[in-house]
This record gives sequence, structure tokens and C-alpha cells, in this order.
Amino acid sequence: MSDSPEQVREHIRLYWKIGIALLVLTVVTVLVSYIEFAVPMAIFVALVIATTKGSLVASYFMHLIGERRTIFATLLLTVFFFVVLILVPILGHVDTYGEHTTVPNADATAAGEAQH
Amino acid sequence: MDIPYVVHERPDTGLTNVKLGIWLFLASEVMLFGGLFSTYILLRVNAVDWPFGADVLSVPIGAFNTVVLILSSVTMVLCYAALKLGDFGGYKRYMGLTVGLAVLFLVVKSYEYYDKFSHGDVPASSTYLAIYFTLTGLHALHIVAGVVVNGWFLGPGAALWKTGREQFVNRIEAAGLYWHFVDLVWIFLFPVLYLL
Repeated sequence: MSDSPEQVREHIRLYWKIGIALLVLTVVTVLVSYIEFAVPMAIFVALVIATTKGSLVASYFMHLIGERRTIFATLLLTVFFFVVLILVPILGHVDTYGEHTTVPNADATAAGEAQH
Repeated sequence: MDIPYVVHERPDTGLTNVKLGIWLFLASEVMLFGGLFSTYILLRVNAVDWPFGADVLSVPIGAFNTVVLILSSVTMVLCYAALKLGDFGGYKRYMGLTVGLAVLFLVVKSYEYYDKFSHGDVPASSTYLAIYFTLTGLHALHIVAGVVVNGWFLGPGAALWKTGREQFVNRIEAAGLYWHFVDLVWIFLFPVLYLL
């Protein structure tokens, strides 16, 4: 962030705009969840909005947009391993070799809620 | 012994040690939450059935807490900007708001937990609730840590402003980066747990 007072005031105006954009996107996230998409589409839409919001926070509030290369190098490595972490269970699921296992009891609460 | 490069940038990294340190810490945090998100996916894609988040949790309460955290992120970045302008009063005001909003988030989260526990919905009740309490519990612990750190900088830690302004601004920047990260994690937790 620049030290010039006028530039800082400009940044402050931008922070408010980003804050408003994040609040609007939160409302959009909730409203979109009421649309009856198929599950994969619902996940895709929710994650696209969340990623947009996350990018705004990282780029402007965390000042990543004007950050040094050392930080980007660190984050690139982090993103790579994060993607690997996320892909492991997905690839395991699409793998058709061997016997498929399921996790029991995942819906116990849904059934319990119905009784309340 | 003084910690070097807390004010001036290191020639090789182009960063202060404070900033490099907090980003490395945040990288480790990404992997911590990444491991739990990975677990969530593993459990969900392999489950026979998975409850719709909105049927188990209150979407209005979750959305309210999302708004609270976003507002706290705005006030956090504004308190950093106030310091850049030399406005210590503005800093105190915005930091106070940040801490207040964080406490409000915890109060709402506690109410949610109390409501679940009073209905007998505990982590052992289902795989969904187990991962819900693990993810949101770990996130809430991060909020508590943020309240402690930001509370310190609002109170006794603010004395550094008189003796080492630049160092204090750098500390607030690091605290802000941590706080925005906590907000960022919730931005993903909310749709994943409440809406899908």
C-alpha cells in the first residue's frame, strides 16, 4: 500500500466498495441456494461465488494484488498442494477399480430432525 | 536480542520478516483447513446419503454470521488504513469494531452450538455433524485467537504506536492478514456446510 495520504483515502473508498460487493455476493449465494439445481450444478455455482468473494478478500483486503514475488512463490506452492489434497478424495471416488465403500450414518441427523 | 527486519525490508526477499512470517503461517493454515475440506469431500462423496445443509442448520443465522465477518474484515482493513494516515483515534475505533464483531460472531456461533446440543445433536450423532463441528469448531478457535491478538493491539499492545510507529503498523498489517484469512475460510465454510 502506498504511503501517500491521497492514495490511502482512495484505497479506503475501494475497501468500502469491495465490502459492499462481498455483502451483495453473500445475498446472491443464499438466493441461488433456493434455486433447485442438480447437486453438481449447485456445488459448482456456490463454489464459483465463494471463489469470487475469496479472490476479492485476498486481492484487496490482503493486498495480494500488489504483493512481492516471494509471497506469490510461497502461495503457488501452497495452492499446488491444496489442489492435490482436494483431488485425492475426488479421484478416489471416480476410481472404479476394486470394491466401492460407503460411509454409514451420514444422514442420521436428517432423520433425527424429521422426528423433532 | 532484537528480531531483525521488523521495519525495513530484507534485501533478498524484499519483505519484512513479519510479512514473510505471517504469509508462511497462513500457507500452513491453508494446508490445515485443506486437509479438513479434503476429509469433508471424502466423507460426502462416499456417503450413501448426505443431509441438505439447510435442513439441519439455520441458513439465516449462518448468513448473518457471514455478514458479521465480512464487516469485521472491512473494519480491520480500515484500521490499518487509519494508521497509514496517522489517525490513531480512527484506528482505535475500527479495531474496537473488529473485536466487537468477532465477539458477536462467537456469541451467535455459541447459540447455534447450544441449540444443536440441546436437541441431542452432537458430533457423534452423524458423519455430517462430526465434520460440521470439527470445521466450525476449528474456525471458531481461530476467531478466539484473533480476538486475543486484536484485543492486545487495541489495549496494551497499542503503546508501541508511541515508540515505534512503523513496527506497530507492520504488526497490524500481519494481524489483518490473519484476520482476512479467517474471513476467507468462512466464505467457503458457509456455502459448503449450510447451503449444499
